[in-house]
Amino acid sequence: MADTDRPMIELRGVTKRFGGFTAVNRVSLTVKAGEFLTLLGPSGCGKTTLLRLLAGFEMPDEGMVLLDGEDVSHVPPYRRSVNQVFQSYALFPHLTVRENVGFGLRMQQVPVAEASDRIVAALRMVSLVEQADKYPHQMSGGQRQRVALARAIVPRPKVLLLDEPLSALDAKLRHGMQLELKRLQRKLGMTFVFVTHDQEEALTMSDRIAVINKGRIEQLGNASEIYHRPRTAFTADFIGQANLLESSVVGRNGTTARVRLETGLELVIARAELPDAASKALVSIRPEKIHISRAPVTAENVFQARIEEEIFQGATDSLQLVTDQGTRLHALVANESATQEAFHEGDTVYCSLHLDDLVIVQAE
Amino acid sequence: MPASRPLIPSGLTLLNWFLRGWTALVFVFLYAPIAVLVVFSFNSSRLNIVWESFTFTWYERLAANTPLIRAAKNSLIVATATTILSVVIGTAGAWLLHRYRFRFSRAIQTLVAIPMVMPEILLGISLLIMFVTIGLNLGFASVIIGHVTFSFPFVLVAVQARLQGLDSSLEEAALDLGATPLKAFWLVIVPSLRPAIMAGGLMAFTLSMDELIVTVFVKSAASATLPVKVFDMARVGLNPMLNALSAIFIVATVAFVLFSEYLKKLSR
Repeated sequence: MADTDRPMIELRGVTKRFGGFTAVNRVSLTVKAGEFLTLLGPSGCGKTTLLRLLAGFEMPDEGMVLLDGEDVSHVPPYRRSVNQVFQSYALFPHLTVRENVGFGLRMQQVPVAEASDRIVAALRMVSLVEQADKYPHQMSGGQRQRVALARAIVPRPKVLLLDEPLSALDAKLRHGMQLELKRLQRKLGMTFVFVTHDQEEALTMSDRIAVINKGRIEQLGNASEIYHRPRTAFTADFIGQANLLESSVVGRNGTTARVRLETGLELVIARAELPDAASKALVSIRPEKIHISRAPVTAENVFQARIEEEIFQGATDSLQLVTDQGTRLHALVANESATQEAFHEGDTVYCSLHLDDLVIVQAE
Repeated sequence: MPASRPLIPSGLTLLNWFLRGWTALVFVFLYAPIAVLVVFSFNSSRLNIVWESFTFTWYERLAANTPLIRAAKNSLIVATATTILSVVIGTAGAWLLHRYRFRFSRAIQTLVAIPMVMPEILLGISLLIMFVTIGLNLGFASVIIGHVTFSFPFVLVAVQARLQGLDSSLEEAALDLGATPLKAFWLVIVPSLRPAIMAGGLMAFTLSMDELIVTVFVKSAASATLPVKVFDMARVGLNPMLNALSAIFIVATVAFVLFSEYLKKLSR
């Protein structure tokens, strides 16, 4: 993150409607200079509209968009110091790589000599100097993606917007590009706003993640906060996997509270999780937080369960558990070694849950 | 490939020969009249049915025929102007219809396509009535307006088809990089549409070059085009000079087609 906390982007109560549909609903958000922020959400949640509002392709119906302290709500895209990497790359097919990358500088009427240096520098950054005179259709998907990136950073925008730029690449290449992008962003110290529906991508790259649902920001925080302390059922379910269990509060004492699931299974949770007046609670449990052993253990929240289904997934074993009371849980167990005694369908095991791994979330 | 190898499995040899014969027949029908026409343009006889001896007379007479030469010039002027105007109107129209949603845009879309299928005689009469009503004297302007009326929709349709296949982010990418909407259109959209614009322009040029009926209605004596002149001459009687003229036209057309194919290859 940058050395200063200067806000680069500020959204103040921004609303955008298309006919009767509210795509973005009173969103307020501040992005610091040099920050890597990811807008994460399912398709149709409004994340792309939010990006288009920043780029200037859409104007807000209500609220304000500030860029580096300046109100740009109604400034057209060609007068904003913001560049975008498009999902389709949108490279100009009739121009060479060099001309594509230089397009922004040509529009800014940067002197030819300077422009040429900056183009070469940008191409070097994405290791495409040798391909400078090729046309986009002569390049692979990964190379085109890098041309699009170079084209967007060469005018030195205040903010770089990235609209699912990696979605067209295969898994291996995508992972490499994620790290590449993160490295590039650190090196340039540029503010990045990245849109994706891929939670893994978001967790890998972002300084902060804004989880978007139905045109609103559901939760804003760093990757660890979002993953470990989801505030809503939507966030818990969308990022990673979660067992979401309805329960009623049956008692409070000191720092802990007891909740009872519909099946009768009782669990102890941290009292801080629970609003004082609450009588019901939605418990979220990450599958990898369920500890499983064959022998009885002494820990919090110990209960017995039968393995109904076991699926080998390489690094992990995916288990469907049914507790004695009838609660169904999904658990993930690391496959530590090939010789290790594996769990099998029909086995009865002891499960335990740490207090901190039970998170109370808001229902939708 | 050895000539003896059948194109279709051997059991179907008979069908194979039939298909070859059929293809040959189609080509004979297509090109025999043209071949005859060219051959007889070098015939010293006035009659188009008996071969006498080889001569260049008709070509010489053609070169000396001032009214015909003038009509040819008129045709070139009209076709060139029609092509330019059709390309400009057709491309701009296609872009507006594609890019912007406005009232009646669908109706406009349909109305624009109608001159392509409207009987030319109707178009000719209605244009003539309109020119008389607004007091426009018949001349080059009236002929060019008439030709543009039925030519530009061909450009529009060709460009529109290309636009449909064009990535809509291209314009946004240009705007995003600092191009004004006009610059984005000129520097990014137009070059991407080049093949369609060229095909449409070629179509407009060809249509204008051989248009007869509309022209008959809206021409003046001074702005008569080549087809009009040829038709007038043919009414009096077929003349080997017309054969010579046609032969020149055929050569020019073939050269034109080859040239445009060459351009297409270059642009790839």
